[in-house]
Amino acid sequence: MAKLKLALYWAATCGGCEVAVLDLNEKILDVAAAADIYLWPVAMDYKYKDAEAWPDKFIDVCLFNGAIRNSEGEHLATLLRAKSKVMVAFGSCACFGGIPGLANVADREGVFARVYGETPSTDNRDGTRPQTSFAVPEGELTLPHFYDTVKTLGQTVPVDYFLPGCPPATKQIWAVVQAIVAGQLPPPGSFVGVAEKSVCEECPRVKEEKKVTAFLRPHQVIPQPEKCLLEQGLVCCGPATRGGCGAQCINANMPCRGCYGPTERVTDQGAKMLSAIASIIDASDEAGVKKVVDQIVDPLGTFYRFGLPNSLLTRVRV
Amino acid sequence: MSGKNSFEPRIIGFLCRWCSYQGADLAGTSRRHYPSNMVPVRVMCSGRVDPTFVLKAIADGADGVLICGCHPGDCHYQSGNFNAMRRYPLLMKALEQFGIEKERVRLEWISASESEKFALVVKEMTETVRRLGPLEWNRRVFQAGRRKT
Repeated sequence: MAKLKLALYWAATCGGCEVAVLDLNEKILDVAAAADIYLWPVAMDYKYKDAEAWPDKFIDVCLFNGAIRNSEGEHLATLLRAKSKVMVAFGSCACFGGIPGLANVADREGVFARVYGETPSTDNRDGTRPQTSFAVPEGELTLPHFYDTVKTLGQTVPVDYFLPGCPPATKQIWAVVQAIVAGQLPPPGSFVGVAEKSVCEECPRVKEEKKVTAFLRPHQVIPQPEKCLLEQGLVCCGPATRGGCGAQCINANMPCRGCYGPTERVTDQGAKMLSAIASIIDASDEAGVKKVVDQIVDPLGTFYRFGLPNSLLTRVRV
Repeated sequence: MSGKNSFEPRIIGFLCRWCSYQGADLAGTSRRHYPSNMVPVRVMCSGRVDPTFVLKAIADGADGVLICGCHPGDCHYQSGNFNAMRRYPLLMKALEQFGIEKERVRLEWISASESEKFALVVKEMTETVRRLGPLEWNRRVFQAGRRKT
């Protein structure tokens, strides 16, 4: 059987998805036996112009991680979509926007003002800002255009499969690679490497009645290992998050942060999580409710941590 | 784009079947006048109102959202409206972070006999949202998404 042609690319990303692929450890040799990698900027020396020279549909599977935040990411998403038979949104940034998606609380001017001006350790008296084009004696230097809004991969090009996680659990990456090699993928548009139900189903803790009188930040308490974290006052996003990760964070005594995104039929993960958290508040009068709600310091950042671009409102008003 | 004074707000109302919707019907049968800017959606209980409904209304073009339920203690299902009471302040905190004025999303307790209160709330909210102007969420997001250097 001919070897599969693979491409891996990273847009607005942290590099963790690349590390997750390398976490296959010795199984990477099985991947190398089944596939040839034609583009992988972090690990291999192929250039964009090599990709531009491929015929259309040259690549069998493209694993694209990262959100689309500038013109370079948009260009590569469009290019790799044309050059690939199957496009996989790899990781939460590509699927939902991810952590870079939180930049949708600002626009380009807001981001640049902070990064190049207001951060405490920045000394930029001249007000230097990046330019998209700059003439030097040797020629023209260019930088990508920085967009006001972060988008998911699916909001930029058609996507065949979504493999969520920050990063996707290595076990799931391996399962998906095997499915690709065996030609046994579900219908296009599906999420892969996920469970059907929420993280609570995978969570081994004892779950009883939830009535919360105070919400705590993770640094304020060392949780008991057997009891549901929500019942202990920690904001655990398990109820509104798709399973498939094996509840790794909960098994490390930390609440779920929601990186696998919503379950199948949910449109807006943040709204569901907000509803779940509010519903377990142990108060039946407005003052009592307000006292508890005041302890959730950043609802947007907490409930939309991985999915702001993918949400109903998409971004903060400008 | 129409000027602020001639703008007709579009407000989506989620009214509970047992109290608020009946209060609205009573306003109608009593021939109480109130603006037609509020489009009522009957739900079985204010506790049925998922924050998703409010966000979807906004994303789909609503300028305001009104949620009405039975007074606390009078819920037909005992505790449904307490859930609405708990969700509302947390939702408002999130909406503030999104940049949406708090006057655009309102929670009111309206009983089946409070037709006068219903008419007053709809009148007040229509004028408040009219003063705030159109929200036009999709247009804003689309434009912000298209802006490049």
